[in-house]
Amino acid sequence: MDELITKRVKEVLNGNQEAFEEIVIHFQHRLYQVCYRMLNNTAEAEDIAQEAFVRAYVNLETYDQKRKFSTWLYRIATNLCIDRIRKKKPDYYLDATVPGTDGLNMYSQLSTDQQLPEEEVEKMEMKDRVQYEVNRLPDKYRTIIILRYMEDLQLQEIADILEMPLGTVKTRVHRGREALRQQMGSM
Amino acid sequence: MEKCPKHVVHYIHLYLDGEISNEEEIIMNEHLNTCEECQTVLEELEETISLFKNVDVIEAPVGFATGVAARLPQSTIRRGPKKWLRQHPIMAAAALFLILMSASLFSSFENDQQFSFTKQPDVIVEGETVVVPAGKIIKGDLVVKNGDLRIEGEVDGNVTVIRGSKYMASTAVITGSSEEINEVFDWLWYKIKSVAKDIIPSSKEQKPETE
Repeated sequence: MDELITKRVKEVLNGNQEAFEEIVIHFQHRLYQVCYRMLNNTAEAEDIAQEAFVRAYVNLETYDQKRKFSTWLYRIATNLCIDRIRKKKPDYYLDATVPGTDGLNMYSQLSTDQQLPEEEVEKMEMKDRVQYEVNRLPDKYRTIIILRYMEDLQLQEIADILEMPLGTVKTRVHRGREALRQQMGSM
Repeated sequence: MEKCPKHVVHYIHLYLDGEISNEEEIIMNEHLNTCEECQTVLEELEETISLFKNVDVIEAPVGFATGVAARLPQSTIRRGPKKWLRQHPIMAAAALFLILMSASLFSSFENDQQFSFTKQPDVIVEGETVVVPAGKIIKGDLVVKNGDLRIEGEVDGNVTVIRGSKYMASTAVITGSSEEINEVFDWLWYKIKSVAKDIIPSSKEQKPETE
């Protein structure tokens, strides 16, 4: 399979744009899935995953053909997702009280898809619950947990995608897993 | 948890990543047998991981690939000469240098229409003809541009006539080399030679010995 992709990449580099379509078709579900896991929104996932393919096409010359193409593609997609998440982040603290209200804090201002009441969470189907809990993880653990357990990637591959030392990835898997256990247990 | 050594918690995670060594596993199991709390932690962690198996596989929506194709910029992939230039920067630089050099040489050949000659004390100018009178000896090189040269005396050096003719009387003597340049390529060759002479002074000095 990898050989076929390498061949297609070479064809695209030689000017055959149609060969790129085959690459898109081959990776579309995997890339869309990882974007969806990170962003938890179908429209945004489609937008970012498509953008990732466009970036891959435009920057194909910079791809090192000795490495795995999927790793490179995942890297583009996860970077785009992380950027998107950062832009969405409000720059105020949730625990800060809202001025002019009587002790009301920012938690009360959040839309429902960010934080749900406990009863709601308990009624969730398990698969939705997992997605919900993963999205509540701190950024640095979330990406790694998604790649490790939702995409089923090896630790070394995750390190390559995120351009991090393997040791850092291991530590974050440990901490992310522990954080997730506590979140699940607290309910 | 205070009685549980930190390295056991670490071993639990190594165990979950499948990276635990045999000795570490023995230590971990010994601890787990005596500590219910750690047993629960391990069970809960394994349970958490197993939850991911229920997560649905998500597929990209229909028309995803067409959407990508529509967003691709047209002809962003560099091809042909542009790509070649990127891959051979030295060749590109050399080619550019040659083009500019030859352009300046050709233009100087085309535009340089003025009559001129090397100023030497004994030469006489008649119209556009430079005359070396009989019995006189010119010390040094003589260059005449866009004019004729008539030599009746002696030139102790090289003689060059560019776009003109050279007439030699029977009494004429040239100790150096002598040439007439009328064509663009001769001109080019002359230019290159003179540049080379400037760069390598020895080539100038060797000349009189060989001729």
